Amino acid sequence: MSAALSIAFHGVAYAMVLYLISVGLSVTMGLMGFVNLAHGVFAAAGGYVMTRLMNGHGVPFPLAVAAAFVVVGAASMVVERLLYRRLYGADELSQVLMSVGLIFMSVAGAKFLWGPLAQPMTPPDYLSGQIDLGFRAFPAYRSFLIVAGAVLVTLLWLGLERTRFGARIRAAVDNRRMAQSIGINTTLLFTWTFALGSGLAALGGALGAEILAIDPGYALEHLIYFLIVVAVGGLGSIRGPFFAALLVGVTDTGFKYLLPEFGAFFIYALTLGLLLWRPQGLFGRA
Amino acid sequence: MTSETAAPLAVEALVRGHRLRLVEIAPWLIGGLAYFLFPDYLALGAQILIGIIFSLSLDLILGYAGIVTLGQAAFFGAGAYTAGLLAAHGWGEPLSALVAAGAVAAILGLISGAIILRTRGLTLLMLTLMISFMLQEAANKAGSITGGADGLQGMAVWPVLGVFHFDLYGRTAYLYCLAVLFLAWLAARRIVHSPFGRSLTGIRENEARMHAIGSPVFGRRLVIYTIAAAFAGVAGALLAQTTQFVALEVLSFERSGAGLIMLIIGGVGRLYGPFIGVPLYMIAQDRFAQADPVYWDFWIGLLLILVVVFARGGVLGLADQLRRRLRRTR
Repeated sequence: MSAALSIAFHGVAYAMVLYLISVGLSVTMGLMGFVNLAHGVFAAAGGYVMTRLMNGHGVPFPLAVAAAFVVVGAASMVVERLLYRRLYGADELSQVLMSVGLIFMSVAGAKFLWGPLAQPMTPPDYLSGQIDLGFRAFPAYRSFLIVAGAVLVTLLWLGLERTRFGARIRAAVDNRRMAQSIGINTTLLFTWTFALGSGLAALGGALGAEILAIDPGYALEHLIYFLIVVAVGGLGSIRGPFFAALLVGVTDTGFKYLLPEFGAFFIYALTLGLLLWRPQGLFGRA
Repeated sequence: MTSETAAPLAVEALVRGHRLRLVEIAPWLIGGLAYFLFPDYLALGAQILIGIIFSLSLDLILGYAGIVTLGQAAFFGAGAYTAGLLAAHGWGEPLSALVAAGAVAAILGLISGAIILRTRGLTLLMLTLMISFMLQEAANKAGSITGGADGLQGMAVWPVLGVFHFDLYGRTAYLYCLAVLFLAWLAARRIVHSPFGRSLTGIRENEARMHAIGSPVFGRRLVIYTIAAAFAGVAGALLAQTTQFVALEVLSFERSGAGLIMLIIGGVGRLYGPFIGVPLYMIAQDRFAQADPVYWDFWIGLLLILVVVFARGGVLGLADQLRRRLRRTR
């Protein structure tokens, strides 16, 4: 019982980080049809911004996290305008190779600027230690992750369902040409969506720095998990990746805890099976 | 009426494409000369030749048939482990092991291809990735068979044809790889200039139309996927035999990625793309990467972006453009 509980707890915390990072990828892939393998770069960048601000300049945790969101979101707009834009509508191979090139440059850049070691992440005092819920004590920071993740997910869903910006995104995902012809500026919409997605990834990278350590290889190491979440969840969906992240987070934690001798094998096999069963993902449209 | 006039033209075009041009001797002249000119670099030379076979396998499915894969290392690794396990368990005859490795990789390609080639786009990309990740994780965890992360040791490879021992300087290894590459080139050249090869290009360019004219699209894609898997398996076996060691890295995403990068630098969808891209990449890597791996990654990343954005045909594409421009000014 206690093993099941701790698998669920850590699995859900992990899932929140995976979701925050991957949701932007799902939307940009669904919106622009861009096979972007370099999305993890923005998550890593968010982690670096936060840890450098906290460790190097003594900036308080909430401010450092907010800075990660803003700085990375703004920087990603530049990257989108300079690079990604050129390859909208290009073949998959070009997009894959361009994003791999971006990963290589970011890995080398991070190593050059901040060295090969992982950036230490120390949660602030009020978030370290344990929270006692009566029947059991839980690590405070991970509990915070789950709550923060849930709040952000709710905000995101509300924003997409209730705001004009969200309606525009949904319209463009459904039918880009129709959206264009009724006067939605999809070019601008792409840029803003890309920035929002990257900003969310930065949030995920920063908040999740305690689970997925911030080191130069980050974007490559965890790439496969982000892609699994997006592919299993279904492209262009907001809800799909959430359930996919929960599935991946909990099963991966469970298998690694219960059957460590098989490592990540099961999560790959599960993904393979799910994608063969539903090639468009669980919530994707055919 | 049109078909009567078009058919001989098409036949002639196929025959013309297949005819051997003088330039095509160049790779073999250079490969042979390199043996005498750079006796100290034969180990690197053998690695380059193996890399060309691997890149050629990618060129067949990706360049000609348009199947984007990120998991070609699965077949390279399957071949490497087949040859490695055979040699470690008492069968060190290299040529039969090469055939066995190619066969194992081909069977793996046939089975996995039959399952995954029904999908398209990101899903297909993910499935190729999943298969190679699963194999790597399996090889990693089955340490008692594969040696796991320490790599497979204790291989005893017998002399090639019972005569040529693998020597310390890599002379045998180099010539052995050169001979196998020559055979692979003959096979690949035949495939791409055949009507089958042309139909693959047709599928890449316009799948719906190929369906409409009655081409068995799925079958053709599966056949080339299987053939390419066999190529990759043979390349992997060569690496295992010439280095007498199999590391987990043979199944890695990095290997699939590096194969892609070398192909795109040389020119994708061209028979000689791998012959240009692989030596360029690997010689540059040998020169610069050891000195400073961080800079190497950075410049390769930048080069990749520049090639994708400005020079999609790679080196060979640029050469074509240059030739066309020169002809125009004349």
